[in-house]
Amino acid sequence: MTADDPTLDAPAPWLEVDALLDDPGTRIVVCCGSGGVGKTTTAAALGVRAAERGRRAVVLTIDPARRLAQSMGISELDNVPRQVKGVDGAAGGELHAMMLDMKRTFDEIVEGHADAARARAILDNPFYQSLSAGFAGTQEYMAMEKLGQLRARDEWDLIIVDTPPSRSALDFLDAPKRLGSFLDGKFIRVLMAPAKVGGRAGMKFLNVGMSMMTGTLSKLMGGQLLRDVQTFVAAMDTMFGGFRTRADATYRLLQAPGTAFLVVAAPERDALREAAYFVERLAAERMPLAGLVLNRVHGSGAAKLSAERALAAAETLTDRAAEEDGPDACAGSAPGEAENLAPDGIVDHGDGKAASGTADGPSPAPAAPAGHPPVSAEQLAAGLLRLHAERMQVLARERRTRDRFTALHPEVPVAEIAALPGDVHDLDGLRLIGARLALDPTHTDTSD
Amino acid sequence: MSRLHVVSGKGGTGKTTVAAALALALATEGRRTLLVEVEGRQGIAQVFETEALPYEERKIAVAPGPDGAAAGDAARGGRRPGEVHALAIDAERALLDYLQMFYKLGSAGRALKKLGAIDFATTIAPGLRDVLLTGKACEAVRRKDKQGRYVYDAVVMDAPPTGRITRFLNVNDEVAGLAKMGPIHNQAQAVMRVLKSPETAVHMVTLLEEMPVQETADGIAELRAAGLPVGGVVINMTRPAVLGTGDLDIAARGARAGVAKALSQAGLGGARRGGLAERLIDPLLEQAREHAERVDLERAEHAELTALGLPTYELELLPEGVDLAGLYRLARELRRQGPI
Repeated sequence: MTADDPTLDAPAPWLEVDALLDDPGTRIVVCCGSGGVGKTTTAAALGVRAAERGRRAVVLTIDPARRLAQSMGISELDNVPRQVKGVDGAAGGELHAMMLDMKRTFDEIVEGHADAARARAILDNPFYQSLSAGFAGTQEYMAMEKLGQLRARDEWDLIIVDTPPSRSALDFLDAPKRLGSFLDGKFIRVLMAPAKVGGRAGMKFLNVGMSMMTGTLSKLMGGQLLRDVQTFVAAMDTMFGGFRTRADATYRLLQAPGTAFLVVAAPERDALREAAYFVERLAAERMPLAGLVLNRVHGSGAAKLSAERALAAAETLTDRAAEEDGPDACAGSAPGEAENLAPDGIVDHGDGKAASGTADGPSPAPAAPAGHPPVSAEQLAAGLLRLHAERMQVLARERRTRDRFTALHPEVPVAEIAALPGDVHDLDGLRLIGARLALDPTHTDTSD
Repeated sequence: MSRLHVVSGKGGTGKTTVAAALALALATEGRRTLLVEVEGRQGIAQVFETEALPYEERKIAVAPGPDGAAAGDAARGGRRPGEVHALAIDAERALLDYLQMFYKLGSAGRALKKLGAIDFATTIAPGLRDVLLTGKACEAVRRKDKQGRYVYDAVVMDAPPTGRITRFLNVNDEVAGLAKMGPIHNQAQAVMRVLKSPETAVHMVTLLEEMPVQETADGIAELRAAGLPVGGVVINMTRPAVLGTGDLDIAARGARAGVAKALSQAGLGGARRGGLAERLIDPLLEQAREHAERVDLERAEHAELTALGLPTYELELLPEGVDLAGLYRLARELRRQGPI
């Protein structure tokens, strides 16, 4: 691993998002990644961009922020895709969006696969009610189920899926299979009471074992819960094979050539570590990975000025201001600045500034309280330089984490979304994110 | 004082790190804390830079004395150093333990496992998994040694994220409702008594960003509605404000020439139009505008958090990420701002 190893130095290939969205062969885009990296926003932005470039797209979101959902007109949880107003349809596309209602989706499966009386029995069963309201695995299963349904309706030529905020990003791949194999498995047959399994002479011993087992279960769960489970299982009996088949079908759909996985990550150590796991897992499952979306990446219009030089210059300016005005003028302006006069304080924000930012109470930041004396041009310039140094340090850190990922997975194309100062909750914001996402990194200004 | 600290927060807010720092912070003056993980992600091992944790309580760190003195100093001073123990709870193993403990199910337990019953119980059965996880944590909270003293002075749980925390903690109520009698019912009831008592405090970790703050407010409302005891709000990864909007107004109103001159004097090139220093101004101002916008947003979010009326703690962003030294620094900071 020397520095001139070409695999280490080569930049990651660029993920051309527009090409992916424009390709009529792309039918499903799955956005996955760990929590808090902006999966939902990325999925929504991709939807807006795809629609405005002419696709009939639908976005399936799992748990969108309230204002984002409102901006897309899907604040109602009714499990039905609705057209998003305000999307430019000039290119012939349109956007629909929906928010997953787990319980409703489960209910629909039951209603669709059982006669009315049986469906009623299942829906009223207390065990079913808890199961469908979202315990481990149900959300993931239902997200995949909904994806299968949307695909089967064939009303959209592009489906963009957000994935549930799971324990780990991999859950949504595992959970459907787990639920499917359980609902299809041996345990169910145990619950179905021994009578069903027995009969064949060779199975006699098993029969005894089974009634012992149900006895144990009854002791453990309490007779009434076991009865609820048994009734549930009996009522669902006809559907079990169906669950497994559907889970398998969805799984194959995810492996199909029309599907593209996008792993979303923030340029932070933990998020990229999860992303790397995910990339490896997708490869192991033979799922088609389109690339990595690196969200909230920082840039600078003055990247040639290094953090060190900016800090040194800021220090020069602060020293000069202190000489000219005397120590009081500076200390009076802002406590955070005053602390930075200590030679080490500039470099190390960790201790000194934490004290000023936290101990004084509610204000998160000491800067610019109302009516504070105007700062001099020197102080202003010093502040600008410190901010720049901070930005350059962020840049360097993000680059390091990204490079580490690229070194491990040089084959994975990467697209970056330049960071916005605030949160996005309207179509314009989503458009902006889409535009940034589609930007060729070699044409951005971060290189000079 | 609470003895069970449940740490939740939106994904990406650093709740594992905060839980670890809290366990360290609570382990001063010879106290012993247990840090438990329930989501099988081995996050604790990563934070403490050790190998993956087994399903077994083990000492993972020694806490410094109250004044930041090293553990050795505290020992010389006659006080035991504090200890942080850690446990990654595995639902399947917890269930088998539980079966073993109550029913002496040796081979029957294995048979259940073969049938998929354990899988069923730990991944699919409504809430059973969560009952096992919270049950194990509550057991550690109430465990006593032969002298009748608590084995752990405090238990800190790195809990599921905000969106699932109320359901996770309240699952025992749900299960107790589902299983109206029998051992699962009783177990669920016992766990719920601990979780709803003042012995427990649920803390929320957030960032000064809109979504995490919103989720924190929603999560707290849910916890309260469920009768679960809410603790404090930890504002994580705060960043100092270097310039405010006021300063930028000045910059916009013609201080340009002065700033260019200052930059030039600091050795960054010519101040005249087209000079290096002059050309720096626009990008620097742009960055400052973004910064100021963020500071304004953060202030608004901060006000929203303050309005919740809960104790708040603030932890500064460690620019190089949280290594072991950073973790101890965060623990010191929590202690300084405590009691939590």
